[in-house]
Amino acid sequence: MTDTSRAEIRRAEHKAYWKKNLTLMGALLAVWFLVSFGAGILFRDWLDQFSIGGAPLGFWFAQQGSIYVFVVLIFVYAVVMDRVERRHGADDQV
Amino acid sequence: MDTIFGLSPTLFWTGLFVITTFGLYIGIAIWARAASTNDFYVAGHDVHPVFNGMATAADWMSAASFLSMAGIIAFSGYDGSVYLMGWTGGYVLLALLLAPYLRKFGKFTVPDFIGDRYYSQTARIVAVICALFISFTYIAGQMRGVGIAFSNFLNVPIEIGVIVGAIVVMFYAVLGGMKGITYTQVAQYCVLIFAFMVPAIFLSLQITGSPIPQMGFVGNAQDGTPLLLSLDRTLTDLGFSAYTEGTKARIDVFAITLALMVGTAGLPHVIIRFFTVPKASDARKSAGYALAFIAILYTTAPAVAVFARSNFIDTVHQSEYSVDVRRGEATAAEQGEGATPQWFYNWERTGLLEFTDKDGDGRIRYAADPEVNEVTKLDQDIFVLANPEIGGLPAWVIGLVVAGGLAAALSTAAGLLMVISSAVSHDLCKKVLFKGMSDARELLVARLAAVVAVLIAIMAGIYPPGFVAAVVAFAFGLAAASFFPAIFLGIFWKRMNKHGAIWGMISGLTVTGAYLIHFKVGFSPMVIGITALVLALAVFVLHLGASQDSGRRLTPFAAASALLVLTGLAAFLGLFPGAAAGTPEDWFLGISPEGFGAVGMLISFAVSIVVTLATPAPPAEVQAMVEEIRLPSAN
Repeated sequence: MTDTSRAEIRRAEHKAYWKKNLTLMGALLAVWFLVSFGAGILFRDWLDQFSIGGAPLGFWFAQQGSIYVFVVLIFVYAVVMDRVERRHGADDQV
Repeated sequence: MDTIFGLSPTLFWTGLFVITTFGLYIGIAIWARAASTNDFYVAGHDVHPVFNGMATAADWMSAASFLSMAGIIAFSGYDGSVYLMGWTGGYVLLALLLAPYLRKFGKFTVPDFIGDRYYSQTARIVAVICALFISFTYIAGQMRGVGIAFSNFLNVPIEIGVIVGAIVVMFYAVLGGMKGITYTQVAQYCVLIFAFMVPAIFLSLQITGSPIPQMGFVGNAQDGTPLLLSLDRTLTDLGFSAYTEGTKARIDVFAITLALMVGTAGLPHVIIRFFTVPKASDARKSAGYALAFIAILYTTAPAVAVFARSNFIDTVHQSEYSVDVRRGEATAAEQGEGATPQWFYNWERTGLLEFTDKDGDGRIRYAADPEVNEVTKLDQDIFVLANPEIGGLPAWVIGLVVAGGLAAALSTAAGLLMVISSAVSHDLCKKVLFKGMSDARELLVARLAAVVAVLIAIMAGIYPPGFVAAVVAFAFGLAAASFFPAIFLGIFWKRMNKHGAIWGMISGLTVTGAYLIHFKVGFSPMVIGITALVLALAVFVLHLGASQDSGRRLTPFAAASALLVLTGLAAFLGLFPGAAAGTPEDWFLGISPEGFGAVGMLISFAVSIVVTLATPAPPAEVQAMVEEIRLPSAN
């Protein structure tokens, strides 16, 4: 293989990597929005008809649930991105 | 009363904990001395992601998070959710949108990124001004918190407390830089989380029977009804709004939450923590650990809030007040059933609580109506500070809580100090004023800048500006409306150019700043004068950058600067009428000043995009740099 074609393959890999990154990011940010601004603020009145333990569900999302989901979101992103980067030769593992 | 070495047990344990933890911080600082600018600014890019997560958590959780947040939520119920979601959700933005790319960029500071990405000294200087402004407003509150902790618990004047705290911070910040700060923050995190959790667990056990506060939050009170439900009922009976309902308009809750999230992601002292890990992928993980460590406190605080408010009403409302106990001639335990608890009297002595027997029946009546409410002073900090006594815990727990509050305040102050020091030594001196400066000289300047910043912080702590609360809203609003759009677009939009960035930051800052001043303090002659002088200084510094960009002296800047100085002086002489602070009826779309950072951010985004599209694309090498930082691997 020539150097130019190798560079081209690399560029295509990197492009695919970036696209996957943006897709994953979009999906996770949608969840981020839904649990906080959605469940905790916009739809909380509707959610409050349900309850978790002794707390109305919308209120619980605003003061507890959203925070737990945030933590999970970041770890999901970190783990999935590690895998995506390795697959596309874009990782920083040495 | 029993005494230990002639001191009351509370004073003994508080003194012991404070001295031990301070000694520990200083010991760590001596161990982690910085030898190079790389050590000083970014701890040698060598901090393990878990340690950086702990350090970030301590850096982030200030005196306000530790002492005041649970109390604020206890009083505001659902409305307090804006802080819980706002101050945690920002980490998702950081981890996904900013931290890995800024780490890959691999320099020392936020203005470094702005200056290089926007190939402009003007943009760099705008960033320096934003960073300094945000950090100074924020640090004043921290030093004040240190002073208050000292004066309430160790019987020393606030001034002495501020100075002692500042000297400790100065010691490890000046000696160790980011390296010293990182490892002291790790220790401070351990102290503060332990100090917060111990009373919370006991309180939860006492009120709900569950040792896990987060479970107690959704659990039942001793009488078997859900805790939140019975609190809602009690509060509405007393004339308050229901705890789970809140009073803020929905759009305002939305705007404040968004402004705090984006502001969190844009705060320079948080961002620079992610420069200290070895790799871009570590920055992501580290943000996850940071949020997990923060979440321990942030999910406990709303539980503490519910416990404290319920317990306050249960034990204080309609309780029998004894003047003898107030005078210290008797103890509450001797007064029998239905007597006001001992901790109420203890805290009344500090002035954080006040009881006025309006109807003269010797009972405390707690109600929403100010006409009949007899708890005439109820400081929000009381709900964390009094927890150990409410839970009937031994005196050493009180000492622990004080040490925890100090750890929270000192760790945040140190992080801010780092931003100030690096903005002056690295961004201003090394990158703009004296470009040939050697590493050793730069390190010296960085240390001197830290010393000067501490001295200013001491002044701000002793003579706090009268609007400390407003000042924190400023920091978040300004970070949301300046740094976040500029950094985000710089990474995700290759076409974004320097004109867009500069005008985006300036417009976001101006609009947000003006709105905050108008509604928080009002444009009085004094405020106009101070604002004009600060702006004059900003324009003058900006001129340094702009003249380097264009290669010539720029008279309009000098003229504008001079004009602003004259305006400021005229304002001090009372030549302007001034205006009173605006009222909530005039809020834009019903959005409070706290939430206006969200609008400022949108304005900044809009201006950045429009101006960028109207001006030429950035040079090819800058676009290549953006490609480069998007990839964790070397290209």
